[in-house]
Amino acid sequence: MRIHADREVCVAAGMCALTAPDLFDQDEDDGRVIVLRSDLTDHDVEAAHEAVELCPSGALRITG
Amino acid sequence: MSTVDVPRGVPLDRPNPFDPSTSLAEIRATRPVSRMIFFPDEHLGWFVTDHGLARQVLADTRFSSASLTPRSPVDAPFLFNKVQKVPVDPGTFIRMDPPDHTRLRRKLTGVFTVRRMNELEDRVSQIVDLHLDAMESQPRPVDLVKHFALPIPSMVICELLGVPYEEREQFEARTRHMFSLSTKPEDRLSHMKAIQGFIAALAVGKRSDPADDLLSDLTRDEDLTDDELAGMGFLLLVAGHETTANMLGLGTFALLEHPEQAALLRSEPELMPKAVEELLRYLSVIHLGPRREAIEDIELAGHHIKKGEQVLISVPAANRDPAKFDDPDVLDVTRNATGHLAFGHGVHQCLGQQLARIEMRTAFDALLRRFPTLRLAVPAEEVPLRTDMGIYGVHSLPVTW
Repeated sequence: MRIHADREVCVAAGMCALTAPDLFDQDEDDGRVIVLRSDLTDHDVEAAHEAVELCPSGALRITG
Repeated sequence: MSTVDVPRGVPLDRPNPFDPSTSLAEIRATRPVSRMIFFPDEHLGWFVTDHGLARQVLADTRFSSASLTPRSPVDAPFLFNKVQKVPVDPGTFIRMDPPDHTRLRRKLTGVFTVRRMNELEDRVSQIVDLHLDAMESQPRPVDLVKHFALPIPSMVICELLGVPYEEREQFEARTRHMFSLSTKPEDRLSHMKAIQGFIAALAVGKRSDPADDLLSDLTRDEDLTDDELAGMGFLLLVAGHETTANMLGLGTFALLEHPEQAALLRSEPELMPKAVEELLRYLSVIHLGPRREAIEDIELAGHHIKKGEQVLISVPAANRDPAKFDDPDVLDVTRNATGHLAFGHGVHQCLGQQLARIEMRTAFDALLRRFPTLRLAVPAEEVPLRTDMGIYGVHSLPVTW
């Protein structure tokens, strides 16, 4: 499974970096999402789904 | 639906200090998207109480923040008696839609990231300790709002923005008047203009003599007009102290009235991040909104919302929705309360939420540790509640130990 982030949609609320810090960080300049690791392991699937659910702008999705 | 089913504004009665009106549960169960009458012009709009539908509305920018006729779900003196669209003040991006909103918000989001806010934790902790030391040296009982809940977020946002802390009494008092439902509309606007003027004057000084603070950074941005800067600074200063202050005051009251939850946090301080989310969910201090206006005809859960109709989202009702949270009326600091709408949802979700989280974690934790015997100094019924204010909380909280 892969995680995708749309930086044009992102409003930099930081919910992904708060919820799944192993997978997401925020850009130093404007706070927008940076995906640290897009290929998900079994270990991070749950956190990734929670981050998708909590993202206020709908910028994240999981495929595969 | 008969007219008797249409609530005249949002129900403000409360069975106790922590639960919202019992009629909210009834409305949510029977009519999760209900008609509602707005004031002052008896506009027939909509009231959304279901968690999932509230999220859906907040995520849909066709429910506009910019095209918002000044109305209210509360019939109170703070309203103009005539409905008339007024232009949005420059910089006030909370009242804009994309792309105007995006342009201004993105100038600030780099400052409020999870990492930048975590870096502030040591300084927040020092500020909390400073206030706990001062509180400890006071004759008891002490008003926890005056000595703890209000000054801590005020000092934090002052340092972040570069506002002299000596000015706090002025902007705290103006903010209090602005959010009072009994303040006349002309007075509300003059307090708003006064704070914006104060920020504008500060910015002039920072332009010639910049410091290491957010207002100085914004003065360097050539894309921003002076009026935009004043509007943004106003938003940050007001939203930065008033909301967190009410969570700290009402949150402490809730912990004192649920001593088993406070005991749990004293023995297992690692529960604090969860407890903060749960207090945000359970208390929902944003009790009168957010509000949106449809800019086109929109279908919502089988209802036809027409262009120009207003929609009020009830954060307290959504945060107590049993379809989302088990036993929603129980305060349980061990539950996973994420997904609450205390900070909103969609493009306007609270810019300062990561700062608010750090402030609440640090302040509640230090307060519980410093005063193991902290208790109310008056019967709970005598704590004055902010049912008369735009943001819910307590006016004062007399405590002793």
